[in-house]
Amino acid sequence: MVTDTSSGTGPSALDSPTSTVDRRRPARRLARRRVPAPLALPAAVALAFLVLPLVGLFVRAPWPTLPQRLTEPEVLAALRLSLVAATLATAVCLVLGVPLAWLLARVDFPGRRLARALVTVPLVLPPVVGGLALLLLLGRRGIIGQWLDKWFDATIPFTTSAVVIAEAFVAMPFLVIAVEGALRGVDDRYEEAAATLGASRWTTFRRVTLPLVAPGIAAGSVLCWARALGEFGATITFAGNFPGRTQTMPLSVYLLLETDPPAAIVLSLVLLAVSVAILVALREKWIGSPA
Amino acid sequence: MTTVDNPNSPPPAADRAASAVGLRAHLVVERTAFRLDIDLTVAPGEVVALLGPNGAGKTTALRALAGLTPLTDGRIDLDGTCLDDAAGTFVPPERRGVGVVFQDYLLFPHLSALENVAFGPRCRGASRTQARAIAHEWLARVGLADVAGRRPRQLSGGQAQRVALARALALRPALLLLDEPLAALDARTRLDTRAELHRHLADHPGATLVVTHDPLDAFVLADRLVIIENGRVVQEGDAATVTARPRTDYVARLVGLNLYRGRADGHTVALPTGMALTTADTVHGDAFVAFPPAAVALHSDPLQGSPRNTWSATVTGVTRHGDNIRVQLAGGPGEASADITPAAAAALRLEPGQQLWAAVKATETRAYPAG
Repeated sequence: MVTDTSSGTGPSALDSPTSTVDRRRPARRLARRRVPAPLALPAAVALAFLVLPLVGLFVRAPWPTLPQRLTEPEVLAALRLSLVAATLATAVCLVLGVPLAWLLARVDFPGRRLARALVTVPLVLPPVVGGLALLLLLGRRGIIGQWLDKWFDATIPFTTSAVVIAEAFVAMPFLVIAVEGALRGVDDRYEEAAATLGASRWTTFRRVTLPLVAPGIAAGSVLCWARALGEFGATITFAGNFPGRTQTMPLSVYLLLETDPPAAIVLSLVLLAVSVAILVALREKWIGSPA
Repeated sequence: MTTVDNPNSPPPAADRAASAVGLRAHLVVERTAFRLDIDLTVAPGEVVALLGPNGAGKTTALRALAGLTPLTDGRIDLDGTCLDDAAGTFVPPERRGVGVVFQDYLLFPHLSALENVAFGPRCRGASRTQARAIAHEWLARVGLADVAGRRPRQLSGGQAQRVALARALALRPALLLLDEPLAALDARTRLDTRAELHRHLADHPGATLVVTHDPLDAFVLADRLVIIENGRVVQEGDAATVTARPRTDYVARLVGLNLYRGRADGHTVALPTGMALTTADTVHGDAFVAFPPAAVALHSDPLQGSPRNTWSATVTGVTRHGDNIRVQLAGGPGEASADITPAAAAALRLEPGQQLWAAVKATETRAYPAG
């Protein structure tokens, strides 16, 4: 302490450890400055507004009969259909959406801006309108549907395929936007390097681009799958509400609310659990990713 | 060739190359407010350095040769095959047989060192086993057999540079391009890597073009230098010629010489500033005069009766330069640098704005034609 010349002279130099703490205090006080009431109150209400309904779901859930209800055939059927349809819809979105995202991100074609805008339309379109539009296109009398009916004797509406199509329609933008963003984030000079090594554009895509955007594709797929799982409006319009065939979980929840409210709550809890699981998974992906 | 360096030296390779092997290129790439227009010839086995300041068009030239930027005009021929004639022919990069070592290497981060090197052979149709065997061989050749399984992230800068070199060489390219190959390395690694790179480039049977802004890299690695400024070739020749006879201020600075241009008449060169420098060389007409900063002596009093060029100079800057003091001067022939010992500097009590007398012996200057 005696040799301490930097922190001044006299007693203040002798008790420098305490003075260090003192020096930090103003900063802490700054951090604890009062939050103004006009901001604090609405913020608290907003938080409560978002959380309390979910709390209600937990409070009113028929906990004692939960396991039994979860294993009822109708519930299981709806659950299975939902999982299968959402997974198939995600697969469709991946197969079609990743190439579309690549095109939007990497190829400078005329009308690219328009194409990019059109991709986002299902995002803002009311799902019911989407369902109706699909019906007009692919319905038995639809623009394409009538030919499918006539030539292949194939009817799409009110089948499980219709569920997958409706979900893919609504969920695809989530995937395309996520993957396009990831593609734009990847240094395209890696693709140039691949080209100088003799890789065709297709090989480059497969062996360089795809692995580099894999985290983005994973995140996009999860978002896409979650959106498909919760799809209601387009599904009920285009695919109808047939148990075991087109009745997914959200549709069951809506119907059970009339006949068996506790069962609706149970299904809702399942959907909530899935959503939270996805949120956690994405969090880890975003925080843990090296990019 | 926009300039012919020295009438006494053999003509540049462009005029010599009757056989259509190696690289022969006339590169023209136009951008807004920039035009690259250079001729380049690189014989098989030859290493040419494309040297120039930032923004001179070095990287543009490299990208045009690799097929990553199409030519606006001109033509690229490699071993007799036209790669780009700016009109009909454009061979895409994947079919050019041109290997590139990028400045930041661009090793694929999701592949191991071995897989990075095997990538090229695999694209060229080698089986997985063959490609891995080739990659093993090249990694061994650059001394990295023991890190074959590592990802680029786990490699040091010097190792990554060697993997990038192995990756480009594994395709046995007819033309190898290196973009600032040592720029990303720290000084210590640079020294070792430069020497090793020189060995590998000397072994490479194809043509090699090294793009760099570092004269030392160019001198060590290349057989011949092509110096470009503002998209044009300003000088070319071997290291000895370029260092002895710079033709622009940029080159003079690179090689550490004071350079002036004027009209020569025997042993004197009249400069635009009004001063005439006396040289030991005999030249006539448009000429350059060059002398090293160490040849400049500084005195506080005028000298008399010596066979020296002397002028009154104003000190504009004083900096450390290695073990010596570098003094920037104005006046006389123009801007000049003088290197003096710290002792001499102390005796002169140097400070900016000070008036001094500068002197250079005629025998320490070199004069050569500029035309």
